[in-house]
Amino acid sequence: MGEFRLDGNAAAGPLREVFSFEVTTAQYSCVGCGRTDRLGAAMVYEVRQLGTIVRCPSCDNPLIRLAHNREGYLVDLRGTRYLTTG
Amino acid sequence: MIPGVSSATGGTSAVAVQPRRLSWQLAEVVEVVPETPRTRSLVLEVAGWKGHKAGQHVDIRLTAEDGYQAQRSYSIASAPEDERLVLTVERLEDGEVSPYLTDVLMAGDKLELRGPIGGYFAWEAKDGGPLLLVAGGSGVVPLMAMLRHRAAVSSDVPARLLYSSRSYEEIIYRKELERLVAQDGSLEVIHTLTRSRPKGWSSYHRRIDLKMLKEVGPPPAERLLAFICGPTPLVEGVATALVEIGHDTLYVKTERFGPTGGGG
Amino acid sequence: MSGGFFSRGFRGRRRPVEQGTQLPPGQYLVEGFPVLSAGPTPRTPLEEEWDFSIIGEVDEPRRWTWKEFQALPSEEITRDIHCVTKWSKLGTRWEGVSVDTLLEGVETAAEFVMAFCDGGYTTNMPLEEVIGGKAWVAYAYEGEPLEPEHGGPVRLLVPHLYFWKSAKWVRGLRLLNHDEPGFWESLGYHNHGDPWREQRYWGD
Ligand SMILES: Cc1cc2nc3c(=O)[nH]c(=O)nc-3n(C[C@H](O)[C@H](O)[C@H](O)COP(=O)(O)OP(=O)(O)OC[C@H]3O[C@@H](n4cnc5c(N)ncnc54)[C@H](O)[C@@H]3O)c2cc1C
Ligand SMILES: [Zn+2]
Repeated sequence: MGEFRLDGNAAAGPLREVFSFEVTTAQYSCVGCGRTDRLGAAMVYEVRQLGTIVRCPSCDNPLIRLAHNREGYLVDLRGTRYLTTG
Repeated sequence: MIPGVSSATGGTSAVAVQPRRLSWQLAEVVEVVPETPRTRSLVLEVAGWKGHKAGQHVDIRLTAEDGYQAQRSYSIASAPEDERLVLTVERLEDGEVSPYLTDVLMAGDKLELRGPIGGYFAWEAKDGGPLLLVAGGSGVVPLMAMLRHRAAVSSDVPARLLYSSRSYEEIIYRKELERLVAQDGSLEVIHTLTRSRPKGWSSYHRRIDLKMLKEVGPPPAERLLAFICGPTPLVEGVATALVEIGHDTLYVKTERFGPTGGGG
Repeated sequence: MSGGFFSRGFRGRRRPVEQGTQLPPGQYLVEGFPVLSAGPTPRTPLEEEWDFSIIGEVDEPRRWTWKEFQALPSEEITRDIHCVTKWSKLGTRWEGVSVDTLLEGVETAAEFVMAFCDGGYTTNMPLEEVIGGKAWVAYAYEGEPLEPEHGGPVRLLVPHLYFWKSAKWVRGLRLLNHDEPGFWESLGYHNHGDPWREQRYWGD
């Protein structure tokens, strides 16, 4: 069986519950390597029921770590320098 | 533009669209339409649906009586112009959610969903082209929404669909694709069958590879918009090949369905 | 919004629990072995690059190459495992090296341990949770070499805690004087993670 990665676009659901703007067309800048790109083009590891980890496709640094806690979410953005909306 | 700040200009009385975080809502299944032996389309009625862009998806959440939940993403198959929201689901034998959607769900049942989502993997006629769409199995679903949208607005953006299925019987939307091609000179659909093929099959019968992509074109000199969708290994193979051929990664968009998401 | 709504006829991929089977609160049984990965599957060359090390607050760091690691005395372990995502699996069979064996002769005043892994994953525990026959570094599952998607070549096995503590692709243990939250522990998941006390989230 291959990798369980998906496209950044696949994380749009949980991210849209947290952010009020369209996140997949927003630009990120990676703390790990400085890459800037659209979040929809990043890699997503969906850890079913546990959380969604969005990683930089160049350096695998976790850009967004979003955990599904109880009823809500906990979002850790320390891997992202900034996000600019489309 | 700053989200939430409306850029109202002039004297129009446009109501500022409030930024809204997304939440779950209930849809009603109006009809279940068999497409192939392993796929069904779910026609949904969603109260207050605000429309979508072709290529976007919804998240579906199933809840058992004891509170246990499972959640998956499904692309929207219908065009924004269509009256009803349609999803097309392929049944994975050992799957948790897809067999429920294809075999258990009936007209009249309710379904919890969240969407539309994923503006990155989306196309509108005004985005132009030419379009190169590459699909494996149920990966054709969001690409079909694009073709349906293109037809609905009579767009003449040149479009090519290269579509890999396991067998002739498993080609989703086969008749509709034939119809669309027949009435539209700027649309081409090229099939490849990976497991079995009917007698007299004259098109490709192997997995999509670099040679096939070169033949199907267009050449890299022509700047195209490419959308690739299907099981993760197929999507990654095709994306790598397109870049190798010389296409600009900025215009190659991918939507991985997962390791087993869809045949082809 | 789901208030009261349920999906007619949906059960999910769960097995009914037989009478007499004791499961931690909120858990259910699954078929198969779900794969949970928070990142790409690392493929570190075993002979050339891979090693396992004990570092941090120790008298002297310890390090084993793949060959040396395989030569360590191993144990067969049969235990139930419980994932915080609510699935449990009974009587899983593993083979690996006890953490007690790895810590033999190590002098330390540390009270905590952080497991670190290929790919950057980490998880923290009090040292006493991994000693005294409670934790292993496992390289075989059900008699077969551990597959990469399940954490191979080796994963930590701490079956009495929620399974995210059983770190996949583990490369070593860092002994610490103070506690530090690991990958999921810093994301709202319980620092200790005892399934029998249902310690899933912060504050449980
Ligand atoms: C953005 C997006 C759009 C999609 N659109 C469609 C669509 O239009 N039509 C369609 O039919 N499908 C679509 N899919 C795929 C769909 O979301 C499901 O993955 C698919 O239906 C299988 O779900 P299941 O519950 O039936 O199978 P599962 O229970 O998920 O498992 C099926 C098999 O796959 C393995 N598996 C796959 N992914 C994982 C994972 N992440 N974790 C653990 N095991 C895994 C399992 O081990 C098992 O063997 C889409 C996926 C994405 C991300
Ligand atoms: Zn990076």
